[in-house]
Amino acid sequence: MEGRVSLEFRIVLLAAWAALCFLAFPIFVAAPVSLTPERFLSFPKGEISWGHYEAFLTSDRWLASIGRSALIGAISSAVAVIVGTTAAIGLWRISSRATEYLRAMILAPMIIPPIISALAFYRLWGQLGWLDSYFGVILAHSILAMPYVVITVSASLANLDMRLEQAARGMGASMWQTVTRVIIPNIKVGIASGAIFAFIVSWDEIVVTLFIARRAVITLPRMIWDGIRDNVDPTVAVCATLLVLITILVLSIQLILPNRKLPKSNG
Amino acid sequence: MTDSVQPSPTGAAVAALRPVRSGAGRTWRSQGPYWAILSPLLIILAMFYFAPILEVLWLSFSDPELGFGNYERIVTSDAVLRVFGTTARICAATTVLAVLIGYLIAYAMMHVGPRHRTWMLAFVLIPFWISVLVRAFAWLVLLRTDGPLNDLLVSLGIVSEPLHLVRNELGVVIGMTHYMIPYAVLPILANLQGIDSRLVLAARGLGASARKSFYRVYLPLSVPGIVGAGILVFIFSLGFFVTPAILGGGKTVMVAEFVSIQIMQIAKWGMGAMIAAVLLATVVLMLVVVGRFINLKEMLGAR
Repeated sequence: MEGRVSLEFRIVLLAAWAALCFLAFPIFVAAPVSLTPERFLSFPKGEISWGHYEAFLTSDRWLASIGRSALIGAISSAVAVIVGTTAAIGLWRISSRATEYLRAMILAPMIIPPIISALAFYRLWGQLGWLDSYFGVILAHSILAMPYVVITVSASLANLDMRLEQAARGMGASMWQTVTRVIIPNIKVGIASGAIFAFIVSWDEIVVTLFIARRAVITLPRMIWDGIRDNVDPTVAVCATLLVLITILVLSIQLILPNRKLPKSNG
Repeated sequence: MTDSVQPSPTGAAVAALRPVRSGAGRTWRSQGPYWAILSPLLIILAMFYFAPILEVLWLSFSDPELGFGNYERIVTSDAVLRVFGTTARICAATTVLAVLIGYLIAYAMMHVGPRHRTWMLAFVLIPFWISVLVRAFAWLVLLRTDGPLNDLLVSLGIVSEPLHLVRNELGVVIGMTHYMIPYAVLPILANLQGIDSRLVLAARGLGASARKSFYRVYLPLSVPGIVGAGILVFIFSLGFFVTPAILGGGKTVMVAEFVSIQIMQIAKWGMGAMIAAVLLATVVLMLVVVGRFINLKEMLGAR
């Protein structure tokens, strides 16, 4: 394996990189379309135009949907973090055969196909009068996001020595004090990544939202969905480009940050 | 599923802690409060998630009339049969392609240096970070009859007239394969990492050619990873909604979109619920099977 690179492996490697480029491909499609001078979806031939960016940035509908999605994402994430973190701590401390089964059940909203979740929410929300309301969308998104918080927080808890909790209780700390002063400070990373995952789940959610929201609660994914289905508007490409740019920005910050730490720990 | 939970690292850690915990006494007084903080999530899930799912499942037997009428449609209705057929065909094609390409990537990753591997992993993870809508949009634009790919093919003279790459099953398979490759790479990679590379060296040492040692030693050892990844990809593919709805262009309808049409457009709850029940039963059944091949807990909780 060291140094001896056969021709066959070169071909395998080349094919693997071709496949990896296939994976990265969609990143590069939206940007050129967003610069087309035409009024329909097309690649610019020769001249480019920033007109669709202007249209996007001055569109109340698009901007309002971004604000709406951010708000729904933030509240859903907060709810999921509170409920999911406390549940993860409970599961961790009790940890019996019963909780192993509960864990599997708690992951259900993540594993069950979204179309089935959508039907369930649509049915119940209809009976409760919560369709097309912020409350309904936020509750549904919170439920979908909870498994992600339970998973990330549980991963943090797995590295936490359970005797810490016993020591705190043994020395007379109440459960509230134990949780807030001993456990939570030790699992901050898990809670934070759970919050981010929960936000992304809500921010990206489309299938359930299509069912339970109509006109009053148009989220950003809903705007994109409508834009693609109507198939007329390059403004969607602007939105897609901006979303890809934000993702790249966040990921490169993430990639750069640990690199900064490395020299310190080495030298 | 419990089979797969046992060998996990967290399971081992929990097992190691067991004596300590029982020494401290597992009384209700010490655990009661923790059941209390666990309960909000359980109550929310029970009331607002599992209860309506059970109701929907019940509707498949009770709407429009009590009985198995909806389930009879599986064999009597051409529309239902066609949707099941389309779904099975697309999922099978997606699974084969995603696992093949995923194996290729995972194999290459196992045989390059650590730095190179990190870069390859970054590329594998790219699709995870981009909204499924944005990806579907990109494929739609790219593969259209008057899209850039067809323009290129025609101008190079490879084809005489534009190919129909989208708004059909081919388009759905392309979009879904793209979505599923990372889900195939990760379990295969986990499996390949567990193969003792000395076995291949031993085969070479005993006179097998590179190709023969791969086919006779390495490949058979990676079968559990291939099967696990295949089932996982197939399960995920079954419930797909967004990609087929956009790239199928209304002509290629998979089960999820069919359910949506039944409920939202013609309000046939019984029919929609029946398809949903079949989908759910298939997914749960296959998850139980896949639990025997790969560690689900690790797959779902790794990131």
